[in-house]
Amino acid sequence: MQGRLATLSELFAAHPRDGGWAGFLLAQVDPARPVLWIQDRMAILESGRIHPPGLPSQNLIHVETRDARDALWAMEEGVRCAALSAVIGELWGDPRALDFTATRRLAVASERSGTPCWLVRLGGTANLSGARMRWRIASAPSLIHPLDARAPGLPAWDAELFRARGTPPGRWSLAHEADHFHLVAASGDRALGEGERLTA
Amino acid sequence: MPHLAIERWAKASDSPPDAPVVLTVEGTHGLIIHAVTQAAAERGARPGARLTDARALDPTLVAEAADPAGDAALVERLAQWAGRWSPLVEVDGGGLRLDVTGVAHLFGGEAAMVADMQMRFAALGLTARIAIAPTTTAAWALARYKGDIPALPVAALRLDPDTVRTLERLGLKTIGALMAMPRLALARRFRGADNVVDALDRMLGRKDEPLTAAPNDPPPRAALRLEEPATHSEAAAQPLERLIPRLVRQLERKRLGARRLTLTGFRVDGSVAQAGVATAIASREPQHLARLLADKAAALNPEFGFDAFALEADWCESLGAAQESLVEEPSGERDIARLIDRLSVKLGPDRVLRPQAYESHLPERASGWVSAIISSSTPMGRGTIPRRGNGGEVKNAAASYPSTMLRMAPLPSPGWGGTRPQRLLDRPEAIDVIYASPEGVPRRFVWRRAVHDIARVEGPERIAPEWWRSPSSARLRDYYRVEDGTGRRYWIYREGVIGDGRGGLPNWFMHGLFG
Repeated sequence: MQGRLATLSELFAAHPRDGGWAGFLLAQVDPARPVLWIQDRMAILESGRIHPPGLPSQNLIHVETRDARDALWAMEEGVRCAALSAVIGELWGDPRALDFTATRRLAVASERSGTPCWLVRLGGTANLSGARMRWRIASAPSLIHPLDARAPGLPAWDAELFRARGTPPGRWSLAHEADHFHLVAASGDRALGEGERLTA
Repeated sequence: MPHLAIERWAKASDSPPDAPVVLTVEGTHGLIIHAVTQAAAERGARPGARLTDARALDPTLVAEAADPAGDAALVERLAQWAGRWSPLVEVDGGGLRLDVTGVAHLFGGEAAMVADMQMRFAALGLTARIAIAPTTTAAWALARYKGDIPALPVAALRLDPDTVRTLERLGLKTIGALMAMPRLALARRFRGADNVVDALDRMLGRKDEPLTAAPNDPPPRAALRLEEPATHSEAAAQPLERLIPRLVRQLERKRLGARRLTLTGFRVDGSVAQAGVATAIASREPQHLARLLADKAAALNPEFGFDAFALEADWCESLGAAQESLVEEPSGERDIARLIDRLSVKLGPDRVLRPQAYESHLPERASGWVSAIISSSTPMGRGTIPRRGNGGEVKNAAASYPSTMLRMAPLPSPGWGGTRPQRLLDRPEAIDVIYASPEGVPRRFVWRRAVHDIARVEGPERIAPEWWRSPSSARLRDYYRVEDGTGRRYWIYREGVIGDGRGGLPNWFMHGLFG
């Protein structure tokens, strides 16, 4: 992850009530530096406000915005700040303010400053976007709990990279184990190579 | 301002200027005249007289109700406006008191300053009697009575009417006569609250009369007066270019950095407009301050036009001389503080938050939020933050649990929480749950009209109500971590157990989402 170029990644939650993407995303964020986490009002109402005790790092700045326009403005301000470890923006639905120009601006600003930017789309459709990587993340049945077979174990995800610049798209099943991401079932050798980059 | 009430009335009404109008207030025995126009005064009406008596002299008098509250509000507004002459203005009865020590030379001397004040009050249509004196009592007296101090009546000493009457009965009608009396005799005869000797000493400067609210170290302040009132919409934005460098020079001299700035625009009609911004770390860098203030300043409405501005850093923190480091090392903390400043200015300080943990077991109480602009440098809860009514208010995001109720706790150490969800609904949502037995684990639930079959479940984690905070009817919660068939994981809880005597069947709620 360290060697990866910072850019704008777009991440579609498979379902607005599926919180799985958060674990997938947080494992790729450096907890040493602060995270700017922006949620628009609808995202908070529909899928909840972030809850610091469940997050790997308490070093974060949370911004609640009225609408997508303010959220995109805040994201752009944040992306220009190189001292952040990541900017995460959650938008609900398909707001009008979120067009190709807006995403392209974010991508360029992110690449210039080196601050990774994650645009999280809850209940949105994959329209035209300037994002360099576009993911669709769904929760998968968790791993077997070693002590209690009936309890949920370590989280797992179905991650689909459906558009990426410079890398072919692919689909992986990932799990979180002992502070690392592991490929639990790869769909092919090429995909395995891709997935190894994700081990944090 | 001896004629404030009647002049304010005359401005608001459209009656001819020579109408014999009196303003009245309710007295013990009927209406009492409060203020009179020039024409009414010529017909024998005097403030303090009864309306019926005045009507007996001239039945054509027109009586109107006075508005003392409105007059007082006008005086308050004028006091703010008078901040253009001196930073220290007090409302004193129906008048204003300005501390002009070391100020007059800015306006070309005391006489020129008085002329300026006369002219500006006259432009507002108000008669102002202005006096400058070394003591406040003397200034008060000279503004109200004519003559030298020894020739002034004893009423000028601001004693209560009974004492004044006693003195006059004794033949001591002027201050000069009083000064000629032996102090010992005066002191023996007038004791207690109405100490004539004290009043005399205050008048003559033998005794200090401290002004209240005199800041011993006034905050850095830059002022600018315009030749012509600026009425265009960007009127307040342009002076910033000149005000900010002046303020920054003062801050540099005192080795301070501004945490909060207030820009005040003085309008020609005697009102003021203010805009304030706060910063997350002390700063005195002109570009940064200008960027923060620009939008706020542009939003100030000039109405009839601004003719003076003041920029004040009313909350400062010490800041060393070196602002920029010599080595080219990116200082992340400052970049983040600036980011917080910009976000807070645009979105509001209560929307840009940092986590704050509290000592509580209830999840929604344990994790609160505080405004990032406050928490980034000053620890909360020490009372070190000066608060003011019109800006920089800090609100705890968990509004239903004011921070005074809860003690703060250190933030949990980093690492995967595991047992706590990544997202919490602001308000737990009721869900329908199917379970094998009321105390048993849930099997299936309906949330937002979607059915979720529970594949795996872990729990319960029991969180008892906080009896020292909650009402006695609060029920305990049994939290379960559940996973449905597709792998989505939720945090749900059952409120209460059967037979706890605090209600009927327990209710189920959805509270959080796991990632």
